[in-house]
Amino acid sequence: MAPDALPRIFLDAMLINNFVLALFLGICPFLGVSTQIRTALPMGLATAFVMLISSLCAYGINALLLWLGLPFLRLISYIVVIAAAVQLVEMFVKKTSPTLFRALGIYLPLITTNCAILGLALFQTLREYDLPQSLAYSLGAGLGFTLALVLMAGMRARLALVSVPRISQGAALGLLLAGMLSLAFMGFAGLGGQ
Amino acid sequence: MNTEQPLTADTFLAGLWRENPVFVTVLGMCPTLAVSNSVLNALAMGLATTFVLIGSGALVSLLRNVIPRAVRIACYIAIIATFVTVVDYLIQAISLRLYQALGAFIQLIVVNCIILGRAEAYASRHPPLASMINAAGNGLGFTLALLCLGTVRELLGSGSLLGIPLLGPQFAPWVIMLLPPGGFFVLGGWLLLFNWRQRKQGVKIPVAEVHRHGA
Repeated sequence: MAPDALPRIFLDAMLINNFVLALFLGICPFLGVSTQIRTALPMGLATAFVMLISSLCAYGINALLLWLGLPFLRLISYIVVIAAAVQLVEMFVKKTSPTLFRALGIYLPLITTNCAILGLALFQTLREYDLPQSLAYSLGAGLGFTLALVLMAGMRARLALVSVPRISQGAALGLLLAGMLSLAFMGFAGLGGQ
Repeated sequence: MNTEQPLTADTFLAGLWRENPVFVTVLGMCPTLAVSNSVLNALAMGLATTFVLIGSGALVSLLRNVIPRAVRIACYIAIIATFVTVVDYLIQAISLRLYQALGAFIQLIVVNCIILGRAEAYASRHPPLASMINAAGNGLGFTLALLCLGTVRELLGSGSLLGIPLLGPQFAPWVIMLLPPGGFFVLGGWLLLFNWRQRKQGVKIPVAEVHRHGA
């Protein structure tokens, strides 16, 4: 498969270079919301949706800014678009499922400062993806993020029932778990035939 | 915390150690894990973040009576993004190699929660000088944490420090330390160490707070 073929880009973003476990993007919600599968799944899907929208917008903005000759405004425009997309999702979730809205709490508006989303926009600009490639990339990244979140939630749900040493409670244990998950994901490295 | 605290040495020192942004409040995980695979990268990232912290702290503090409360977060992000753009171009001008090593993570300083956290919790309520000193303390605390990670990962992962080989030719490098899992494990280890030390001193581990912040 050519490195810029669409399925290859999709798999690369989802498994081989998983945003959370290989590129360290979006660790914040990854550790914060991954305590239950019930909240991890909607959170992952909400993030994936914001990723898709911001990826589309980032593609348009980048083309516009390059045409205007103002590439130094890229960062500011990206973050503004992401903030707007998050606002949209927030209103949608609040309207359709108030329970979910309460369960996600502060983490929903915090999607704005999720570096996975800004990272996605920056990486696709850096790699000069065209529109279909950007879409495949953002879909893969979103699903990969959801996958990592749900896997982590499953592991934590089991750990909630066993007793661990006091000092390893909280973030320390989360990080060690993430390390093991990341180790497992490294097994996908050969998938692209590289 | 609406009252202004007097300017003391603690304004600076709190962020450096007692309220270290990485080890104690567990903020800014992404850059901490991503660029700590060598001491040089860690140092550059730490200093870049410190610069953005101080700059945005000063500006947010100067504008604290002008910015309307309802749109403050958007304003803070715009200010932070401006400083990050400056740093981005600055590093590119100073060392292209370093710029390529750090990659997109320089631009990702925008979404580092430490900076927004400081702007919201400190700079928006204190005069510029105090804000800058507090920002410098937190920035150096962040740099210190990055160096803690970078030292372990570079020493074990490539047997060197700052590119100078230390452990001799017969040392077999632990490649895993340079790879993503190594980052998670080393940071997890440092957090264990911090928790253990705090428990020995009888400080209660803020488990609930850790869960709330995540990173």
